[in-house]
Amino acid sequence: MSYNGVMRPGHTCLRVLEMEPSLTHYVERLGMIKTSEDEQGRVYLKAWDEHDCFSLVLREADEPGMEFLGFKVHSMADLDRFEVAIREYGIDVERMPAEELKGCGHRIRFLIPSGHSIELYAEKQHAGNGLGYLNPDPWPEGLKGMQVNRFDHCLLYGPSIVDVVDFFVNVLGFALTERVLDPEANMTGAFLSCSNKAHDIAFIQYPEANKFHHASFLLNSWEEILHAADIMGMHNISIDIGPTRHGITRGRTIYFFDPSGNRNEVFCGDYTWYPDRDPITWTAEELGKAIFYHDRKLNENFLTVVT
Amino acid sequence: MTQNKSFEITILDSGDSFLCKEGQNVLLAMERLGLRGIPVGCRGGGCGICRVQVLGNGQYRTKKMSRAQVSEEDESNGIALACKLIPEGDLQILPVGFLGNHST
Repeated sequence: MSYNGVMRPGHTCLRVLEMEPSLTHYVERLGMIKTSEDEQGRVYLKAWDEHDCFSLVLREADEPGMEFLGFKVHSMADLDRFEVAIREYGIDVERMPAEELKGCGHRIRFLIPSGHSIELYAEKQHAGNGLGYLNPDPWPEGLKGMQVNRFDHCLLYGPSIVDVVDFFVNVLGFALTERVLDPEANMTGAFLSCSNKAHDIAFIQYPEANKFHHASFLLNSWEEILHAADIMGMHNISIDIGPTRHGITRGRTIYFFDPSGNRNEVFCGDYTWYPDRDPITWTAEELGKAIFYHDRKLNENFLTVVT
Repeated sequence: MTQNKSFEITILDSGDSFLCKEGQNVLLAMERLGLRGIPVGCRGGGCGICRVQVLGNGQYRTKKMSRAQVSEEDESNGIALACKLIPEGDLQILPVGFLGNHST
């Protein structure tokens, strides 16, 4: 756990084909809350138990996918320190000014070897979770749909995973919690944590750069996962797989798609990570179990359906 | 205009034929019948897995599809994503696979 560095995944920006059905999906079905909209037409949303004003940005475009993924760091001093460290590592850093994303302080953006745009920021406008900080209730009334608690992580697909891990571990201070090895013992999957969670970001080796597998949102129990699956059935939401369990992270999960084909996950229950734990290894012949622990075989979509 | 109109969709390589109701997309019609001729992905016009070529003079319309998978030129050449393909007459289609080189 890094008290002097990256705190948590802070936001992701997804491209959607049409805004209206996308808002129905993320607001009415997942239960996120629209907090703002900017002049470019980007819509900002947060999950109910998040305290910053947004964790998901949606932008209407001609093709779906993820624009960038941002992590919040503890302080401005950390942000400045990272900017220097990333440049010294040999990766260019672009400064995005404060309020370029509405409600967010300035961000630093850089391209990692898998082709993805990653950002760091220190400040974001406060919104609260609706419960206050004095003798609060456990949850607010009036939540909709699946009632996801927070934006939790993304799984990204691209080349050069070994280089990506080197950067996240040695520059950003993440820990490698789990990995997948191919028959030649090359790392083809990597799960990294900057916190007590089993993962805060994950990568799968894939020949094409900058592809997006899923954005994941947290629920609290297996029963809530079932409830989410019921909502998917009620509203004919495209399901990829689940409810089921991942071997990796032990997460209980459903993979499904938003109306533009961006994959979402709702999941609950990983384990607590501490830096004195050894990383877990999954071997290629057990990849089915690693991803889908009950079925023990990969569905073809896992390796091919990306945006 | 009859509410119960259906169109016959033929997948040329598998030889499967099935009915697709007016207003329904081809991929969903196929899936509901348990057929497998067209690969199924996101079902949302984004991933390109269900990319097909519509042959001959088939009449159809499409909903918005990812331009990374179906360019304007593709579209004018009868390429579509089956999950966004709404027949307006009988159709003959051939799966052609997703495009692996996305512009980023």
